[in-house]
Amino acid sequence: MRVGLFATCLADAMFPGVLQATTTVIERLGHEVVLPQGQTCCGQMHINTGYAEQARVLIEHHATTFESALQSCDVIVAPSGSCVASVRHQHIAATAQLPALAARVREVAAHTFEFSEFLVDVLGVVDVGAYFPHRVTYHPTCHSLRMLRVGDKPVQLLRAVGGIDLVELPDAQVCCGFGGTFAVKNNEVSTAMLADKMANVLATKAEVCATGDASCLMHIGGGLSRLRVGVRTLHLAEVLACTRDGGHTR
Amino acid sequence: MTGVFVGMPGESVAYGTGNLQGSRSFPEAAGVALRDAQLRSNLSRATATIRAKRAAAVAELPDWERLREAASAIKTDAMSRLPELLEQLEAAVRARGGNVHWARDAVEANRIVTDLVVAKGARSVVKVKSMATQEIGLNESLLAAGIEPTETDLAELIVQLGHDFPSHIVVPAIHRNRAEIRELFVREIPGAPIGLSDEPRELAMTARAHLRELFLTARVAVSGANFAVAETGTVGVVESEGNGRMCLTLPETLITVMGIEKVLPSWRDLEVFLQVLPRSATGERMNPYTSMWRGVSPGDGPTEFHLVLLDNGRTATLADPAGRAALHCIRCSACLNVCPVYERTGGNAYGSIYPGPIGAILSPQLTGVRNKHDPNASLPFASTLCGACYDVCPVKIDIPTILVHLRARSVDAGRRRPDSEALAFRVMAWVMSSPGRFSRAERLLRLARIFSRGGRIRRLPGPGAAWTMSRDLAAPPKETFREWWTRHGRPVR
Repeated sequence: MRVGLFATCLADAMFPGVLQATTTVIERLGHEVVLPQGQTCCGQMHINTGYAEQARVLIEHHATTFESALQSCDVIVAPSGSCVASVRHQHIAATAQLPALAARVREVAAHTFEFSEFLVDVLGVVDVGAYFPHRVTYHPTCHSLRMLRVGDKPVQLLRAVGGIDLVELPDAQVCCGFGGTFAVKNNEVSTAMLADKMANVLATKAEVCATGDASCLMHIGGGLSRLRVGVRTLHLAEVLACTRDGGHTR
Repeated sequence: MTGVFVGMPGESVAYGTGNLQGSRSFPEAAGVALRDAQLRSNLSRATATIRAKRAAAVAELPDWERLREAASAIKTDAMSRLPELLEQLEAAVRARGGNVHWARDAVEANRIVTDLVVAKGARSVVKVKSMATQEIGLNESLLAAGIEPTETDLAELIVQLGHDFPSHIVVPAIHRNRAEIRELFVREIPGAPIGLSDEPRELAMTARAHLRELFLTARVAVSGANFAVAETGTVGVVESEGNGRMCLTLPETLITVMGIEKVLPSWRDLEVFLQVLPRSATGERMNPYTSMWRGVSPGDGPTEFHLVLLDNGRTATLADPAGRAALHCIRCSACLNVCPVYERTGGNAYGSIYPGPIGAILSPQLTGVRNKHDPNASLPFASTLCGACYDVCPVKIDIPTILVHLRARSVDAGRRRPDSEALAFRVMAWVMSSPGRFSRAERLLRLARIFSRGGRIRRLPGPGAAWTMSRDLAAPPKETFREWWTRHGRPVR
């Protein structure tokens, strides 16, 4: 299968390791990964902050880029629940009044998958041959859970990792408080939510808090770093990319 | 009201007045609430309890999702023919000996109720817990006319005695714990027993003794309504304590203030709502008291019944197809109890008597928003869009989507005079609509590395300071993913 990687602007600019890991895992499973040229940003932040008009330009750009990628790729995969949710839900809602664009947006949306969905639903794989001998807890991202309904797919993938000591995160389904511009516009409430999320992470005594979205990673990771508690944050893909012979190093 | 209203043509629209807006923006008010450790612990304990009860009560029903679908469909239908249903309701209530009044806003509704009480020569009224009368500020209006209102719902009484503001729709005193309530009763209830403990039963008995006398002497009662059936003229109130039932049956005159969106087409619709409401609100299979009446019945209950139909911004809300589903709300509060923002700030931070996720979409639509400085303009932004509210809403209001819609409305209102945020978002869209510009911007972003030490940025200037107040930021890497990809000669398409 040929996979077109939807890099997402945040991961491309800030978390290249997440995308390298995503590529490593998919290639290890025997599939080809290509990077569709011209991709920028899906417009989620513009949509969610109320800049609908500007978002439409980005939606159209996204549709154009990935529509042409689909001529040679079977699927589009992104290691981000919220970017995929934006493409599958918000792009369709935002173009409801523009039938020509809506048809293209639907075509792209129908072929776009979040990383854990792609592995479990499309490839039918749970054990990706990873080895990660650390105590890990998992924060399931809001949009993966409640917009994409990925359920426990990320946890199924983690359970199959060799050597892992996977511990359940208390109140796992509660938002970490990021919410895009919410983290800045309502920084105090955001911080209060983050404080509770971090307290739950620390209660698990995990060395690593894994999650499925660069945005949660940036938020929870930024908070834990400030506390100097020595708990690392990693994307699910970064955990799955690790093998017994050190197959992936960031 | 003057000014240009967001998304609304002209100024002929009547917006809501009353207790629908605070004096501070949400972030400001929330900042104060977050520092109240007692409030935080009271709220987190109480919401966790109700959340667990609701989840268990809902899990029992195999057809829960179908009930939600049905509730949503009934509400959508009712809102699509509201004028017709209200006229049908009016005729049915009048046919059974009731009186119907129409109130455009809070001021009119207060005047109607106060005039009715004055005409009866009553100096006091007993009240059933009601959001509509809290919305219009009826108690303040009655007091100004020399009439003493008494809230008979235990939690609402606690709020009234404390000269406080309700912070939750179903459990308005959720921000108080029992030690605080004990202190309040000792101070405010004449004849509260010496040595009163903070045992819930003792507290309830004290309130009961205080209220009993009022029930037996009151000549006028004021209530809200959970629903009214257009087909039959039936008005209904659901409650847990029975104090509502006393108010609804003992006094000679009953005045009910009801938001116009509470109307249901037919009697059989109640089958759905009497299932979804108690399970969503208190986690009970059935609420202990369901009172329903049609007009007046000689020899049974009040001899005079007045129904005040309140608009107060509801027609204005109905005018926006993308926002009007906020009117489907049945005031169960399930969205408040699951909201991580509400759980940390409490209801008073929202300024309006409708707090939480539903308040964030309802209050600004009811009042209209003139510009970004209106306190209610901040409400649609008081959410991370985590979606927990939509998942539990028994009438399936897509709250996150409406929040985003209202954000867009407020951005559109400021279109002619863009602020620094609007300019930044326009520039970002321009940058991101071109791969070349995007790459150059990424390289520019790398300059932020000068703020970093050990791969972490601990302090940023300008708007970034709001982030680094409590969080580090990973320094932008030396190489973006795409640069890495190209450097390794990997496949592109």
